[in-house]
Amino acid sequence: MSNRVINILVPIISIIIGLIVGAIVMVVSGYDPVQGYSALWTGIFGDSYSIGNTIRQITPYILAGLAVAFAFRTGLFNIGVEGQLILGWLAAAWVGYAFELPKIIHLPLALLAAAAAGALWAFIAGFLKAKFKVHEVIATIMLNYTALYIANAVIKKLSDGSFKTERIHDSASLRSPFLRELTDNSSLHYGIIVALLMVVVMWFILEKTTRGYELKAVGFNKHAADYAGMNVNKNIILAMTISGMFAGLGGAMEALGTFGNASIKAGFTGIGFDGIAVALLGANTPLGVVFGASLFGSLKYGALNMPNAAGIPEEIVSIIIALIIFFVASGYIIRVALQKLSKKKEGQ
Amino acid sequence: MKKRKFGLVLSSVLAASAILGACGAKDEKPAKEKENENASSGESNKEKAFSVAMVTDVGGVDDKSFNQSAWEGVQAYGKEHNLEKGKGFDYLQSKSDADYDSNLNALVRRDFNLIYGIGFMMADAVEAVATDNPEKHFALVDAEVKADNVVSVLFKEQEGAFLAGVAAAKMSKSGKIGFVGGVDIPVINRFEAGFVEGAKAVNPKIEIKSKYTGAFDKADLGKITANSMYSSGVDVIFHAAGATGNGVFSEAKERKKKDPNANVWVIGVDADQYEEGKIDDKTNVTLTSMLKGVNTAVIDISNKAKKGEFPGGKTLTYGLAEDGVKLADSRGAIPADVQTVIDEYKEKIAKGEIKVPEKVKK
Repeated sequence: MSNRVINILVPIISIIIGLIVGAIVMVVSGYDPVQGYSALWTGIFGDSYSIGNTIRQITPYILAGLAVAFAFRTGLFNIGVEGQLILGWLAAAWVGYAFELPKIIHLPLALLAAAAAGALWAFIAGFLKAKFKVHEVIATIMLNYTALYIANAVIKKLSDGSFKTERIHDSASLRSPFLRELTDNSSLHYGIIVALLMVVVMWFILEKTTRGYELKAVGFNKHAADYAGMNVNKNIILAMTISGMFAGLGGAMEALGTFGNASIKAGFTGIGFDGIAVALLGANTPLGVVFGASLFGSLKYGALNMPNAAGIPEEIVSIIIALIIFFVASGYIIRVALQKLSKKKEGQ
Repeated sequence: MKKRKFGLVLSSVLAASAILGACGAKDEKPAKEKENENASSGESNKEKAFSVAMVTDVGGVDDKSFNQSAWEGVQAYGKEHNLEKGKGFDYLQSKSDADYDSNLNALVRRDFNLIYGIGFMMADAVEAVATDNPEKHFALVDAEVKADNVVSVLFKEQEGAFLAGVAAAKMSKSGKIGFVGGVDIPVINRFEAGFVEGAKAVNPKIEIKSKYTGAFDKADLGKITANSMYSSGVDVIFHAAGATGNGVFSEAKERKKKDPNANVWVIGVDADQYEEGKIDDKTNVTLTSMLKGVNTAVIDISNKAKKGEFPGGKTLTYGLAEDGVKLADSRGAIPADVQTVIDEYKEKIAKGEIKVPEKVKK
């Protein structure tokens, strides 16, 4: 078997194995797997409404995945996507309701504010890493908590003790009546275009610019890059900042598209953490992230339909979805197995 | 050879998806037919059964608090009218804020006649979905939405909490009582305000410690908070903190186990939390619980809607007078003389002679 065939076979086989194990879980706990999976399927692709909402769910995952992947390529582990996303969310919501501007200025401004907020938060971690060798994993984890509680306090202050900010003006909204009509009142918004644009931006930076080449070089081998005359510290800060920018935009998707405001959160949204898995599933490449995010987003949204249409309890659904993702992520095992299998055949 | 294999894989994937898709289509029809059968056979009259469903907030349906209470109400309604779960009545759980909208829409698509949104956080979602589906009926618990097809259900938590405050102040020997809240939001503020007001009504000198833990699902935080309160001399704690309050119970039980003579009490919230405070058959740390009748409200509204008297566009407020909030049976923990004082205040509030504030006076 050629590499190409293996590359295509691996994800397909791993998804199938995941589905089979999930089916076993359903049978053991007394539910009909065919009914369960058809509920999952219709939950994702059933009608224009589900498709719209699935895409809406995928959008922030793409940006969170890009954020993690970009840092990874420079050898940095950005666990702080969650916090950067929360601050981006807040910044976008604030710009969205505090200003009254024509749409052509307002919407880009809100997006920029979100990107800037996320970038600033990630910059702190990058700066600490570059100047004082503070490990970015610790710094970003702690910055997640500070971001969460700062955002909560600010929202409380902005809204006079309420738990959510005012609604953003229409001029800052990513939603559109056209998309709503097209998808039967789903909450699909134009954010997906922003997300896909950022996929291109990341690809362009990494593959087509000198700076991107340097960033990758630092990721491959810091010392070699240093020896080659590249400024490692500068590249670390830059990589974190760009990564934070993607994360902040992910928050803007929630503020300007899905929710239209920012509200106090008792805990993390989870999008930033799932972004780590999305990036790893996508092998840290821009296009891979799109696939990883699509898988995550579809399963996450489609799963809502399993209790709804097939009566399978929430908890079992969570186990099944986790199993599918688990097997997809352990694709390496299947790759090795496939290679052994094909070698045996050649031997015969 | 390579190409053939690839083709095989592709076609098998396509076949699999076609089968799955077909299943989806097939499954839908019988479900609808069954629903119709159920409607005609289950109900004696031949009209379609009036179906109700609810969406929980992130607390989940087994939160021992208002989501659970609402679900009990929906179940009771279903039982009363011989409906089947999944067709005549059902619930969907939300795992995050983003799910409210999708879950409400999912129930709209399944054609339930009346759909409940439980919890103040669902207000935006209920408003949006109700605007999109003006022909459907919705009810929202703990928050207000102004729309003709939505009825908002509010509770006067402060009135019930007032009685809890009276009970706490009367039962305290140290003159110190405590309040453990969940997130600092208007609903929980009403609990605190009523509790403080009630305690001060019977003992103006009483010392009240208030603490918001910031979460409804962190029992460990509840335990730490209760520990510091009990250690500082507080002997009665009223919690309005959902699952965080379970930590208050475990701290109180530990103290009572160590010293059976200790004066340690917890006042439960939303549902009767007698079982939570049970140590053995004789000892229990639950003084009483402030019941919030989400279940009675749900049954009430469902029945009204079934009769075609859906109070759309209105805000229904359930207080002491409407039996929407009350104290649970103390099973002997509250002596008769204290109970008479509580009953006196209950009557005064129900008649409107005492107005309980919604916010703590500062």
